[in-house]
Amino acid sequence: MKHTLSVLVENKPGVLNRVVSLFRRRSFNIDSLTVGRTHTPEISRMTIVIDGTEQDADRIEKNLYKLVNVIQVDHLTDKPNVIRDLALIKVAVDNTNRSEVMQLCDIFRAHIVDVGPQSVVIEITGDEDKIESFADLLRPIGILEMVRTGVVAMGRGEHLLTSNGYRPQPGANGNGHKSVI
Amino acid sequence: MKLKGAEIIWECLLREGVNLVFGYPGGAILPTYDAMTKYPQIHHVLTRHEQGATHMADGYARATGKVGVAIATSGPGATNMVTGIATAMLDSSPIVCITGQVASSYIGTDAFQEIDISGVTLPITKHNYLVTDVEDLAYTIREAFHIARTGRPGPVLIDIPKDIQNAETEFVYPDEPIVLPGYRPASAATEAEIERALDLIHAARKPLILAGHGVVMSGAASELMAFVEKAQIPVALTLLGKGGMPEGHPMVLGMMGMHGEAYVNQAIQEADLLLAFGMRFDDRVTGNLATYAPHSRKIHVDIDPSEINKNVRVDLGIVGDLRTVLSQLTPRLRPKQHPEWMAQIREWQDDSFKRDIVNRDAGGKLYAAHVIRDLWEYTGGNATVVTDVGQHQMWEAQYYPHKRPHTLITSGGLGTMGFGLPASIGAKLARPDEEVWAIVGDGGFQMTLAELATAVQEKAAVNIAIINNGYLGMVRQWQEFFYEERYNATPMFSPDFCKLAEAYGIPSRRVTSRDQIKAAVEAARAHNSGPFLIEFVVEKHDIVYPMVPAGADLHNMIRRPLAAPDMV
Ligand SMILES: Cc1ncc(C[n+]2csc(CCOP(=O)(O)OP(=O)(O)O)c2C)c(N)n1
Ligand SMILES: [Mg+2]
Repeated sequence: MKHTLSVLVENKPGVLNRVVSLFRRRSFNIDSLTVGRTHTPEISRMTIVIDGTEQDADRIEKNLYKLVNVIQVDHLTDKPNVIRDLALIKVAVDNTNRSEVMQLCDIFRAHIVDVGPQSVVIEITGDEDKIESFADLLRPIGILEMVRTGVVAMGRGEHLLTSNGYRPQPGANGNGHKSVI
Repeated sequence: MKLKGAEIIWECLLREGVNLVFGYPGGAILPTYDAMTKYPQIHHVLTRHEQGATHMADGYARATGKVGVAIATSGPGATNMVTGIATAMLDSSPIVCITGQVASSYIGTDAFQEIDISGVTLPITKHNYLVTDVEDLAYTIREAFHIARTGRPGPVLIDIPKDIQNAETEFVYPDEPIVLPGYRPASAATEAEIERALDLIHAARKPLILAGHGVVMSGAASELMAFVEKAQIPVALTLLGKGGMPEGHPMVLGMMGMHGEAYVNQAIQEADLLLAFGMRFDDRVTGNLATYAPHSRKIHVDIDPSEINKNVRVDLGIVGDLRTVLSQLTPRLRPKQHPEWMAQIREWQDDSFKRDIVNRDAGGKLYAAHVIRDLWEYTGGNATVVTDVGQHQMWEAQYYPHKRPHTLITSGGLGTMGFGLPASIGAKLARPDEEVWAIVGDGGFQMTLAELATAVQEKAAVNIAIINNGYLGMVRQWQEFFYEERYNATPMFSPDFCKLAEAYGIPSRRVTSRDQIKAAVEAARAHNSGPFLIEFVVEKHDIVYPMVPAGADLHNMIRRPLAAPDMV
């Protein structure tokens, strides 16, 4: 099963390296990993998708917390969430199929962002399934190139992942420990 | 006050309470060595190899519970530290390693003696730094010590380019509390966890405590004693847990695991409740996980959340500082006896006693087990013993009961041969009033024996006991059991160790029979102006019994035959 983890990290040199090195060392498999800025300049946010059991996800979370630069980990899979991936797809087109491609774009709410004599570049965002089904439909027409950003994710509504509430708390149960009683 | 980076390093070390560092100079760390003149309060020990410096810092840390410091130059100096850092990592030993780096402008150019040591040590440090601005230096060093010693301790490396050591800045020692938003070591158990733990403990009929390194490191020895005396629960020790509770105490059974006592492993397999205190269910103590302690509920107390449910699924995981958690638990324990359970354990113990080599006549031969048992007797069981890795290490663990924490120093997790001698020097220099013995094999000793010169130069009065069996004995044992006695690459030539000692100006004795042990040990104990070396020429084909073959069930041990033909 796929698990999505949102991770707040200090924006310091080498942090991405530490996270990737951890995954390699503990032989956890990464499906996708993205990293980017947040509204706070000192903090970056990673979205990590792994394929594994609940127990694997739990182990990964605890091991991420062992990295000093990891501030907060949120296991989003079992919470209401928004998950988005973005793809750019270059499709070969001619006069016979251009309108078919445009119709597909309409249905999937994708945008044509570049038009050339023999090709178009389509931008589509959505969850992974949506992008995959879109690509499947384009394949017979002729995909020349495709690039994806990997997923970014966020909890819905009240559910917040912030670094604000998290100060060193003596007496708390330590990073990543959930009492199971 | 304007100071150079090099001076800031020493200023910060002073403020961390450091008065002893171990190191080896070179180009990229020279400014720091030059600044040393101004800081006579800190004694620098020149080692003979940077690996030695890291093991000494580690020995220092394990003997005192304080952070040990090792210093090296860039490139080969830094890479020579790798084994020592990994050793400290796997045994959670707090050391800070400071390495010089080529000047910032050269970084990334494959400059002379440039190695990306923060990259190399990424997976074997708790955390590491490459300092890029002299303004950050004091903060970084302070943070490094904090991280090394708190939570689950471990090694931290600080790589400092040469230009940063030379750069000047206003030195203000930061005194506000260290805030690391992502670093929040645990401290105490929750009320619900305590209640659940008490329920499990009070319901148990065959409970057993598994005490590990965490007891020693969290300073929980007296808290554990109080817990045990009230709950009357027997205690099994891991290798690194030795000293956490005095062996000889009626509730302390002895060591568990691959070369643990058979009755201890039997007790683990039969227990209905395991209380794992500051240990991590390493494969060397569990054997086959599928058949491990099948009848028991399990409570695991550890400072590191990632250890809970890592190898063994537990019924209750408590993340916290063991000392704190024990003081939460003990006052609320209901005093209880477990007479049937104890009687059962004593019965198993009896059988082990009969098989024990120390209860048999040696028939004129010199067995390592007898050497160590006699050493224990003649040192009153009070020495700090530092071992190397191999059969002698296991015999030490079996035949030298320890009374106090920090008195057995050994490489458990990484099993680093060559650790013994340098770590013993670090331990002796850290605690000059302790009687320190290094028990090493003929193989491991030869990996780092260059540090004999360091011991002499520093007048470190360590007593070195070489258990010379002419083999890489532990590997030979595996070849005997599992590779049909094909002794490839394990017979080992050694120099005349006594002549070698003489070359270093170290007095020595060679012991070839049991009746010579006492005089040799006494001679060593009487010599306090520097190291003393004893070579014990022991049986070559001896075996560490009992043994759980790697991956086998914990209760299926290879036992010493009840009456070995050559021993009756
Ligand atoms: C650096 C290192 N290399 C190899 C090993 C594998 N190893 C484990 S025990 C052992 C034999 C040790 O021989 P010796 O030092 O003579 O001790 P003995 O077992 O004979 O007491 C070896 C080679 C190791 N633990 N560490
Ligand atoms: Mg040997």
